[in-house]
Amino acid sequence: MLQGIYDFIKGIFEPFGEYLIASNVPVASSFADDIDALIALITVFVGFWAILAYAAFFFLIFRFRDRGDGSRAQYVTGEEKNLKRWITYPHAAIIVCDLVIVFMAIMVWYNIKQRLPEADSTVRIISQQWAWNFVHPGPDNELDTDDDITTFNELHVEVGKTYHYELLSKDVLHDFSVPVFRLKQDAIPGRVMKGWFEPTQAGEWDIQCAEMCGIGHGIMGARIVVETPEEHAAWMSQGNTGKLASR
Amino acid sequence: MSMTKPIATTRSATGIPTGKLAVWWVIGSEIVIFGGLLASYIMHRIGHPEWAEYASHTNTWFGGANTFVLLTSSLFAVLAHYAAEHGDGKKAAKWLLATCAGGATFASIKAVEWSIEISHGYTITANGFWSFYYTAAGIHALHVIAGCIIMLIIARQAWKGEELHRVELIGIYWHFVDIVWIFLFPLLYIAK
Amino acid sequence: MAEAGTAVETHGAHGAHDHGHHEQSFLSKYIFSTDHKIIGLQYMFTGIVMALIGGYMSYAFRMQLAFPGESVPGYGVVSQGEYNSLVTNHGTIMIFWVAMPVLIAAFGNFLIPLMIGADDMVFPRINRLSYQIFLISAIILIASFFVPGGGFGGAWTAYPPLSANAEYNLTPLGSTLWLVAVALEFVAFLLGGINFITTLMNSRAPGMKMHDIPMVLWMIVIASVLFMASVGPLIAGAVMLFMDQVVGTGYFDPNRGGDPILWQHLFWFFGHPEVYVVLLPAMGIVADIITTFSRKKLFNYKLILYTAFATGIISFFVWAHHQFVAGIDPRMANVFTITTLIISIPIAEMLFLYIATLYGGRIRLATPMLWALSFIAEFLIGGITGIFLGASGSDIYFHDTYFVLAHFHYTFFPIAIIGFFAGITYWFPKMFGRMLNERLGKIHFWGTIISFNFIFIPLFVLGTAGQHRRIYNFQNFPDLAGLQDLRVLATTALLVMLAFQAVFLFNFVVSMFKGKPAGKNPWQSNTLEWTADSPPPHGNWPEGLPNCYRGPYEYSVPGREEDYWPQDVPPDTAPAE
Repeated sequence: MLQGIYDFIKGIFEPFGEYLIASNVPVASSFADDIDALIALITVFVGFWAILAYAAFFFLIFRFRDRGDGSRAQYVTGEEKNLKRWITYPHAAIIVCDLVIVFMAIMVWYNIKQRLPEADSTVRIISQQWAWNFVHPGPDNELDTDDDITTFNELHVEVGKTYHYELLSKDVLHDFSVPVFRLKQDAIPGRVMKGWFEPTQAGEWDIQCAEMCGIGHGIMGARIVVETPEEHAAWMSQGNTGKLASR
Repeated sequence: MSMTKPIATTRSATGIPTGKLAVWWVIGSEIVIFGGLLASYIMHRIGHPEWAEYASHTNTWFGGANTFVLLTSSLFAVLAHYAAEHGDGKKAAKWLLATCAGGATFASIKAVEWSIEISHGYTITANGFWSFYYTAAGIHALHVIAGCIIMLIIARQAWKGEELHRVELIGIYWHFVDIVWIFLFPLLYIAK
Repeated sequence: MAEAGTAVETHGAHGAHDHGHHEQSFLSKYIFSTDHKIIGLQYMFTGIVMALIGGYMSYAFRMQLAFPGESVPGYGVVSQGEYNSLVTNHGTIMIFWVAMPVLIAAFGNFLIPLMIGADDMVFPRINRLSYQIFLISAIILIASFFVPGGGFGGAWTAYPPLSANAEYNLTPLGSTLWLVAVALEFVAFLLGGINFITTLMNSRAPGMKMHDIPMVLWMIVIASVLFMASVGPLIAGAVMLFMDQVVGTGYFDPNRGGDPILWQHLFWFFGHPEVYVVLLPAMGIVADIITTFSRKKLFNYKLILYTAFATGIISFFVWAHHQFVAGIDPRMANVFTITTLIISIPIAEMLFLYIATLYGGRIRLATPMLWALSFIAEFLIGGITGIFLGASGSDIYFHDTYFVLAHFHYTFFPIAIIGFFAGITYWFPKMFGRMLNERLGKIHFWGTIISFNFIFIPLFVLGTAGQHRRIYNFQNFPDLAGLQDLRVLATTALLVMLAFQAVFLFNFVVSMFKGKPAGKNPWQSNTLEWTADSPPPHGNWPEGLPNCYRGPYEYSVPGREEDYWPQDVPPDTAPAE
């Protein structure tokens, strides 16, 4: 039932979300549009209150400006019931808005960060000062076997497949960030961070390191290559030839 | 450069003397500092069962002796306050000196204890437990020494019959330092 | 003569207490003074100098971003490492050596005794000591830029293992000096806090009850308490980080059983209340200005006070919203989303109460009022954009992007910069006995505010496009390289804004010596500081300290001849002005 309420509310804000974000940053994962819709919802809610507040603000400044005619201001304590209402009613309405935002945010968060749907495949992401190594399971679809393909600064995945990632760091904190997936996860040395994503669009986009990691933090970009099944199979058949990406 | 006290210092809209408010503020900030340190230690200790083995090498006799020394010195601080309340600056000063002697004894015992531990290879970088051990006890010891120094200054003033209200204030600080040790002792020496 | 120095020099008016020396040397009057007004001004001038340094840093790194690789006039080429140091120290300086000293220590020190009718702080020598420690901390921080290896570049958040290990950060000396400087600054403010709370609680004028205290003082003291209650764990963390850096312990080293995330918790447990530590004094300054310039009481003083307390208390329960994707238990994220959205409620209410104060007023748009009103308008944007970050789901996308950066500049800039300009344009007459030039004030205001928005709205757009933080050159990222026009726009706006500050500096310096004499109460305000001379002499009221008969905001009281009623005027007497 919660999912039904979530889907209903998401449906309302999805088109605006597309306009706000997707027009500039493609939607390339299964949960990207959830995040876009949430951002759109928050934009509408806070935008509404901001417009109200600004309207009141500028109106009051204009209406009660000193006209130089010697007239006096009113003596208002703010405890008058009829005036206090102007504060307490919006106060209550904002709480309602917050409840909706909290509900939607938790649903989105749960889907991306608390759940781990069954994986079609797993990739290992190794971050270090200042580069990325990506270990892909080869044709046997198992990591840590002889046919694994390790690339440097280029991650190859197949559209429509659900991936688990194992994120590691060799030294300091890094962060695996893929804007078109709307995905981020800090990498912590000494731990294996687990998460998931499902690419939904073929193409090639930026991978960023989104946690300060030293002098080379700014040259730690990589690329994610989302391929159609045919392209992916063709790429995999090359094996670990030592042919590294151009970055 | 001597200076007369501002009128502000002598007012008390709350009824609590300003000096006492100030000491409580200082203690408040220290509680949060030690609290943060000890909370971090406890979190680590829970997550590292092997620390129990490391902790077994602390010497409960030394720790116990220091606990006794500090508690006794706190008693002396109470006696100093009692004397100050009755206007006897010279007696208050003597009891403050005794308290200080307790602090000095504490520091000496600690110095001996640490020398023995370091000579056995239990240094601050040996492992996480010993890092916390030396850091927490070390910061505490610094507070003991600082307290002693301030106490000596107040004792000198009390001997001359001046600022007797400060005897109580440094006593409050000293009790706090004592209480921190009451927390450290079980955490570092008893939990094994 | 109307310099701050006369505050301690007037010979004739030494009735209240005699220091046993009448001629104070320059050193004891200005450098080693224990007078709260001088100490306040010392903090203020130090803060202004540090703001210029921090501003210079933003100039250098924004020039690098707009014109990557090119030599920056007045700096040179910004290397990768230098870029990181510039952004790190810009942030560190602006929070710890500008916002805090100016809002809390400068205005707090200057105003608290004056506004409660006292002759000084309770512990003047501790007050002096706190400034001296503060100054030393500033010097140590600046020294860190000039040591071999350069200044620390691990971001103002200083996460280990990067910050703990010189092999990773490549700035061994700079990292440690940075850490020591920050720790000393904390000690300075803990010492300063002793005076704020004891003086406000105990040294009030006879008759001044709790609800007669001007809002700015409440806010400064609540902020002091917040600071004291939150900084302890970070001091503990700083000791641990220092030990890791210098002694070789492994508190935060995962290879030795340590935990990098522990630092994050210790840092943000302080870091989040810290933003309210600086926000509340700024809001307090705004409260005292909007009441004076709309001739109205604060709308529901008690409710505003409760929202301030509520904000302070809740602020201890929201910290991990900075760590949503940092590797905390994902279930905890939901808790912190809820608490973070909850804290938005009292703050929104506070803003609404301030806007409501304008209702029924007679609003004069003098320069201080322009700044106070613009605080509300700009902070509103900062506040609402925080919602996107406090909601865990959307934070996954926005974390560590320029959206965060724009959000906190729309909060911090109103707090530190607008708050400062509001306070200084309002209290300058009391501090220096002269008026600032109104026309220059308005030119400075509009130039600053308009350009400020043109700096940071492009950054919201860039953040929404996915641009991440602390990157020295976006041409390395194909998906982001094309947005260079927005970066150039932001940098150009920054250059304009920096240029307009020259108007303020000129106005400030010239008016201090040549401004129109101010008299005691140029704004016709109620609070007690306006009953002392401008500037007040040593001891503030040599003729005798005032009593308090009413609240601070009794403006436009029906039936009275004047539209203000100073706190020190006995009842049923016409106001003395």
